[in-house]
Amino acid sequence: MSHHLVEAVDLHYAYPDGTAALRGVSFCITHGESVGLIGENGSGKSTLLLHLNGCLLPSKGQARIGGRPVTKETLRDVRRAVGMIFQDPDDQLFMPTAFEEVAFGPRNLGTPPDEIDALATRALATVGAAHLRDRPPYRLSGGEKRAVAIASVLSMAPDILVMDEPTSNLDPRTRRQIIELLKTFPHTKIIATHDLDLVMDLCRRVIVLHAGRVTADGPTEDIFRHPDLLAEAHLEPPLRMQACPVCAAVIPPPAPCQ
Amino acid sequence: MSHIETALLDIRGLDALSVRDSPLRRIDPRAKTLTALAFIVAVVSFGKYEIAGLIPLVVYPIALMAVDGLPPRIVLSKVLLALPFVALIGAFNPVFDRAAMVRIGPLDISGGWISFASILLKSLLTLSAAVILIATTGFSAVCVALDRLRVPRVFVVQLLLLYRYLFVLAEEAARMLRAWSLRSAGRRRLPLGAFGPFAGQLLLRSMDRADRIHAAMLSRGFDGRMRTDRVLRFRAVDAVFVLAWVALFVAARLYNAPRALGEAVMRSLP
Repeated sequence: MSHHLVEAVDLHYAYPDGTAALRGVSFCITHGESVGLIGENGSGKSTLLLHLNGCLLPSKGQARIGGRPVTKETLRDVRRAVGMIFQDPDDQLFMPTAFEEVAFGPRNLGTPPDEIDALATRALATVGAAHLRDRPPYRLSGGEKRAVAIASVLSMAPDILVMDEPTSNLDPRTRRQIIELLKTFPHTKIIATHDLDLVMDLCRRVIVLHAGRVTADGPTEDIFRHPDLLAEAHLEPPLRMQACPVCAAVIPPPAPCQ
Repeated sequence: MSHIETALLDIRGLDALSVRDSPLRRIDPRAKTLTALAFIVAVVSFGKYEIAGLIPLVVYPIALMAVDGLPPRIVLSKVLLALPFVALIGAFNPVFDRAAMVRIGPLDISGGWISFASILLKSLLTLSAAVILIATTGFSAVCVALDRLRVPRVFVVQLLLLYRYLFVLAEEAARMLRAWSLRSAGRRRLPLGAFGPFAGQLLLRSMDRADRIHAAMLSRGFDGRMRTDRVLRFRAVDAVFVLAWVALFVAARLYNAPRALGEAVMRSLP
């Protein structure tokens, strides 16, 4: 089970122009955990995620997957274990059809051609996109693109799913479908997002990032009960935990509407 | 809708056409790609003042469109897009090459005009061959064919990505243009001074996007090779398709049928 461990040990990273994005981030995420990574725009969330599969290598400190540091030598195994779903599906989908897209990863991993069909078909079916198989990705709707992007990562059978804003730009029903879908995944999940209601639904643990440092790390309910802590990271409690303006008129405060 | 956006829909429509079924579409993509290449080589191998000799080659695009049921209007509309550029290339021929070559009654036609017409005709033929190839085969199938024909992988990957991100880039440009036009107070054209920042902005955005795409590809194990395992079968009918067309192109190149016909007509006249 230890190969699902995701660790950051005093992670530092500065972009080539000198902007320090991470200033000593440390945490340890264990097998099967689902963790929300929250923080203001520019707090370093996306930069941190890119370290978890070696798209960026730290200037100081270490990212460790399954106890092994992420370095040039371990990249292949790390990328096999960590499935990364990017914020903009257009950045992720580049093959001519949805099927080719989902088959891209397994082919690179050297999966035998006769298994690829079944693998890709299953991944597409899992996200409810079996019917999109032969459609070109650029013609899909936002929600369909997102589903295919998730399938394209699932087909590589990763142990850990890393997601950057999985519900941005989606209509409420599609957002709900993606949340329900993610709920069914047994993988270790790390989700960077501003959608704190999604975090309430999916994550039992939250890491708050502010100006490149971890300012809080703990159970979701505890952290969301500290508005000052959230405010420091330019966040507000999830809408479900805020007083409902409609109910508040009927029921006098301070009863919060769940 | 802006001009760029309509043009984009057009290109997509062209690719979508290749999903239909017809005898031509069942021909192996390699056979169609090779034949189209042979056709283009045959057309450009004609001399610069040649017009009559090219005419028999018109049969290739016309036959393909007829067999496939591809509307000529669609093909022509795509070809016409490129014609202004072609016309620009040949525009100075009539100016520099004024020696009379052909006399029709009282009219002297200079070599420049003939070579200009030859350039136009050659472009019409080669461009329509390319458009028909994409419309009957699909861009990705052409890329697979090129890959199987041992075209270096780098080029094939470049082509695939170019085609995929053409839309993304053009949409980006269309959004920027729309944002500009909403604040342009009725001006139609981007002023020359704004063009530099506009193009620069587009370049920077594209580079950022290229970085993100590359990261996404690396994340899924990309190592510089595009792997496809689409099964292609080169059947006897595919070989016949290639050989018959190539034989026709060679014949058209070696034997000037229109001139022979003309001479025969002249001889039969009293």
